[in-house]
Amino acid sequence: MNRRENLKLLFTGSVGTGLLFTGCSPEQQKLPARDLLSGGTIGGRTEEEKQRDKELLSETFFTDDERKKLSVMVDIIMPKDDESPAATELGVVDFMEFIMKDMPHYQTPMRGGLMWLDFEADEKFGKPFNELSEPEVIEIVEEVAWPDSAKPAYKGAVRWFNMLRNLTCSGYFSTPEGWKYMGYVGNTPNAWDGIPQEVMDKHGVKLEEKYIPQYLKPEDRGTIIEWDDDANIIG
Amino acid sequence: MSFQIKNSGEAYDVIIVGSGAGGGMASKILSEAGLSVAVVEAGGDFDPAKEEDRTQLRPPWESPRRGAGTRIRPFGDFDAAIGGWDIDGEPYTRKNGTEFDWFRSRMVGGRTNHWGRISLRFGPNDFKRASIDGLGHDWPIGYDDLKPYYDKVDKLIGVFGTKEGIYNEPDGFFLPPPKPRLHELYMKKGADKVGIPMIPSRLSMLTRPINKDRGVCFFCSQCNRACQVHADFSAGTCLVHPAMKKGKVDLYTHSMVRKVTTDESGKATGVSFVSKVDLKEYKLKSRVVVLGASACESARIMMNSKSKSHPDGIGNSSGMVGRYLHDSTGTDRMAIVPSMMDRERYNEDGVGGLHMYTPWWGDNKKLNFARGYHIEYWGGMGQPAYGTGGSMDSMRKYITDEFGKPSPNGGYGAGLKKDIRKIYGSTMGMSGRGESVPMYDNYCEIDPNTVDKFGIPVLRFNYNWTDQEVNQAKHMHDTFEEILTEAGGILLGSKPGPETKYGLLAPGRIIHEVGTTRMGNDPSTSVLNSNCQAHDCDNLFVVDAGPFVSQADKNPTWTILALAWRTSDYIVSELNKKNI
Repeated sequence: MNRRENLKLLFTGSVGTGLLFTGCSPEQQKLPARDLLSGGTIGGRTEEEKQRDKELLSETFFTDDERKKLSVMVDIIMPKDDESPAATELGVVDFMEFIMKDMPHYQTPMRGGLMWLDFEADEKFGKPFNELSEPEVIEIVEEVAWPDSAKPAYKGAVRWFNMLRNLTCSGYFSTPEGWKYMGYVGNTPNAWDGIPQEVMDKHGVKLEEKYIPQYLKPEDRGTIIEWDDDANIIG
Repeated sequence: MSFQIKNSGEAYDVIIVGSGAGGGMASKILSEAGLSVAVVEAGGDFDPAKEEDRTQLRPPWESPRRGAGTRIRPFGDFDAAIGGWDIDGEPYTRKNGTEFDWFRSRMVGGRTNHWGRISLRFGPNDFKRASIDGLGHDWPIGYDDLKPYYDKVDKLIGVFGTKEGIYNEPDGFFLPPPKPRLHELYMKKGADKVGIPMIPSRLSMLTRPINKDRGVCFFCSQCNRACQVHADFSAGTCLVHPAMKKGKVDLYTHSMVRKVTTDESGKATGVSFVSKVDLKEYKLKSRVVVLGASACESARIMMNSKSKSHPDGIGNSSGMVGRYLHDSTGTDRMAIVPSMMDRERYNEDGVGGLHMYTPWWGDNKKLNFARGYHIEYWGGMGQPAYGTGGSMDSMRKYITDEFGKPSPNGGYGAGLKKDIRKIYGSTMGMSGRGESVPMYDNYCEIDPNTVDKFGIPVLRFNYNWTDQEVNQAKHMHDTFEEILTEAGGILLGSKPGPETKYGLLAPGRIIHEVGTTRMGNDPSTSVLNSNCQAHDCDNLFVVDAGPFVSQADKNPTWTILALAWRTSDYIVSELNKKNI
């Protein structure tokens, strides 16, 4: 089999798919840049799934007042810094709006926590949460952000803040900017050829000698395998 | 998803119910023998090469829930198994306060579209467990009966691995395995110290091509989404669709089988099914009926196929249909590895699954449980999606600054963000998957009080783990702690104790349920003979995991495929001899 046939083989079965669409090999394929989704999930949806996403997207859970509180809170949890944007810039509040409807078990604790913010703001400062200054907000956040040292009276609010922190992180790191900050470089289709040598050296690990000749060699990926009768690879 | 409905009237040589591993293999072998075949599938058609069906290579932001699971895709919004533990309008029930969770996929290819592709042969001992430990029963066949079929399955479908020469972990025709990932080499260090083997895994993904029809793996780590270049094994892409291209195969989708129909003499004459498209009842006729609907669904169809000649359901004169239901055992543990924190970034997606695993190494004669387990390893710098950055209220304390001072749990702000980046890729874990002992009293039966939305009586489960499985789970956790600690990890969570059966997951959770239509030489204690032919109905066969007498500590798919091929050969030969 010649090289052209080998290459053709790499694509076989991929006609009409995204991989062939750009006319380059999987190795050269660049994933298209995509904006955050405003509609339902893309790809392979059943009619029931499409309908459900559509319904959820047409409903509204958070009030304007709640969105305002949330926006303040998520940007405190994941603020803008010199490497990455703030949570609100990455649509984290919209993500939470959808999750509340998609996973209704979040609704009561989330709404309860947002109401508690007003209670606490009133206790501490005699005004609603949305009228607090930044240092005042931080004073409340400090009460609930540290589960191991929080006062017992704040236990319930700490639980809510843990949930809020988790959801904020989910919404933050599942974006192109979140990937960039994290340094995720996977899913750029390529042949896996093991851990970079310098990484293995640093961590004091190495490949087992006896397997080295047996591991996949990327240059063989275009050649149809052949075995002898004893299951030894001969081509 | 496309609809295909045909009016009945046509008669086929063979009707196959279900299009997963067993049904798919039967459709290929029987149609290649020149037989006309109808494949009747309860879900829709599915081909990940079609853009409309593709979820592979979609980033989380193409999902408003960022890839989180849903009721019909509990393993994630892009997972390729459509169905789940709880299907709307298709309930199942449980008895005596016992647990069993049933995962179903309604689509061409069934659960093979998302499975882990762990493709292990059963070994010689796995067919003769009763002779070894006195529990359960031996299979009426042995490894030598299936070996030629395992060989053929390897070559037809492709599996990577290494020849190891371990007696009960037979080698096959392997493709070259991928090199291990960093966390796997950490685990290997730990396993070496504990004296437990760890070898390249055996997964059915094409690291090299086996033919001109399927592409090769490009290492996106998303096999659970089904591969658009067909580089992983799914029954639809590797068996059913190729069979349809080459042979006389009609695919009936959205068709929910109610029962196997019979004539006066008790012979199977075809099936009766409900079309989910128009909710009308259809009948198809055939000379042979092959059930491959999954162990429990096939048992359900048989028990619901009552007639004058089969008063307890077709194939059920022994009363054994539904009995001896058993799933793999399973429990998991994870750790965080300080020396893997803040590590170098590179693409380590690899294949969609483990690159190394541990086959069972122990000697059960010296242990307080009868059967073994294998260990699966996980970790690495996976794709950030729903759930990433979570649990910092309990895990942040494992991150230390340059002076060795730990971060406080919880928190907020730029410092938290940095700590999440540090911790990314530094957790790893392991899962034990073990063999349980099949029990007469663990079963599914027809619930006399409940029907599904098509009016078909549903299954009711009764299942209890025995001390064998509980002791095995305890052993798993002891082993996990040793390996993870020796690998340099700090154990996360606490070790489960007897009050939770040592973390043993509920039966059904590992999705390896088998044994409901078991084979045997004695028609009074088994449903099928050694050729997977019903003892009491010559032209009825089962090709899913129902015929398994025991499960082994291996994933069942490779054995389903080998057994279905062998059964299909037998059907062709019996038809040629005019015996059926």
